[in-house]
Amino acid sequence: MIRYIASLGRGTLEALSALGRAAMFLAQSAVGVPSREGWHLWLRQMHFIGVMSLAIVLVSGLFIGMVLGLQGYTILVGFGAEDALGQMVALSLLRELAPVVAALLFAGRAGSALTAEIGLMKATEQLTSMEMIGIDPLRRIVAPRLWAGFISMPLLTVGFSVVGIWGGYLVGVQWLGVFDGSYWSNMQSSVAFVDDILNGMLKSVVFGLVVTWIAVFQGYDLIPTSEGISRATTRTVVYSSLAVLGLDFVLTALMFGELG
Amino acid sequence: MKRSKMMEFGVGLFVLAGILGMVFLGLRVSGISLGVPQDTFTLEANFANIGGLKSGSRVAMAGVTVGRISDVELDTEWLDARVTMELDEDLEGKISRDSTASILTSGLLGEQYVGLSVGGDPEMLEEGDTIRDTQQALVLEQLIQQFVSNMTND
Repeated sequence: MIRYIASLGRGTLEALSALGRAAMFLAQSAVGVPSREGWHLWLRQMHFIGVMSLAIVLVSGLFIGMVLGLQGYTILVGFGAEDALGQMVALSLLRELAPVVAALLFAGRAGSALTAEIGLMKATEQLTSMEMIGIDPLRRIVAPRLWAGFISMPLLTVGFSVVGIWGGYLVGVQWLGVFDGSYWSNMQSSVAFVDDILNGMLKSVVFGLVVTWIAVFQGYDLIPTSEGISRATTRTVVYSSLAVLGLDFVLTALMFGELG
Repeated sequence: MKRSKMMEFGVGLFVLAGILGMVFLGLRVSGISLGVPQDTFTLEANFANIGGLKSGSRVAMAGVTVGRISDVELDTEWLDARVTMELDEDLEGKISRDSTASILTSGLLGEQYVGLSVGGDPEMLEEGDTIRDTQQALVLEQLIQQFVSNMTND
């Protein structure tokens, strides 16, 4: 009995100390704004995290937009309201789907790679040797990756929305025959720039921060064995997906709900 | 060096695409208009009931959008709704004094908007004038009530 209570206490303490380490870690590395020579490191990460994620994000966005167009049409046509398709596609993409799905894809594609990369650096003691020769690994390795993640995520989300709206247009207007003018004009009359588009972007900035933070921290904090790396990579994807979905509810409640 | 230039180009393109996408979302999807805010011509109207009309709703003439509602408030003197409309400047001095403003609905479930229909008075409305002849919004409940009371009278 005492053993169980003690293990509960140990678990709580471990969780709390991990949280503390993660917060310290974020605070210490995020101040490493890319400097003159760090610019190049940041650019490399931007290329890997952002540009290389573009393909998967855009293709998913296109398909999600097309599915929204198709599903929305079949539902709305029952009410004779298929003209509202544009507003349905645009609002669901801008407010929810683009930030959330892009962040989930980002966690799977870039987050897991970040964890594995940093984890392997730690397991092969590259991080320690860096410290030995007087280079701060937080600045050199972690900061460029964090910043690249923060900046890429909103850009990827914009791409996702644009391609998704175009996908909805493709299916709804070109294929199913919703009137072109009502698709766009209903969209324009119902989408507000600040309330819908900027709030969606704000969500994606938060998700970008959370996902890259989790990914980089899991890599930095893992047990340096091959098993540890695989565990940490899994944890990155699981934790970031849960964090994104949970935070999405909180942010939606604050932005669009009655709580705000 | 070559590879790094390619990378810079790729990242630049990525950021540019993001900015262009944002511009697309702003202009095409949310329909905000750039450029200097047009000079407007303000009219007011009092309605007994505005239904679901709100600030930002459109004002149309013969179905063509000619302006927006800029403000809706309760007139504390008459206890009805005071609606301020901002119309295109070219309409200044072209709307006659006996024009009618009515609150209409686009489609069965659509948004409510103000429709202006021009009268025949040779005198025209000026900046800040009030349209006298107004028609309140159609409230479904009142309509049904009327219908039911007519039915029972028969």
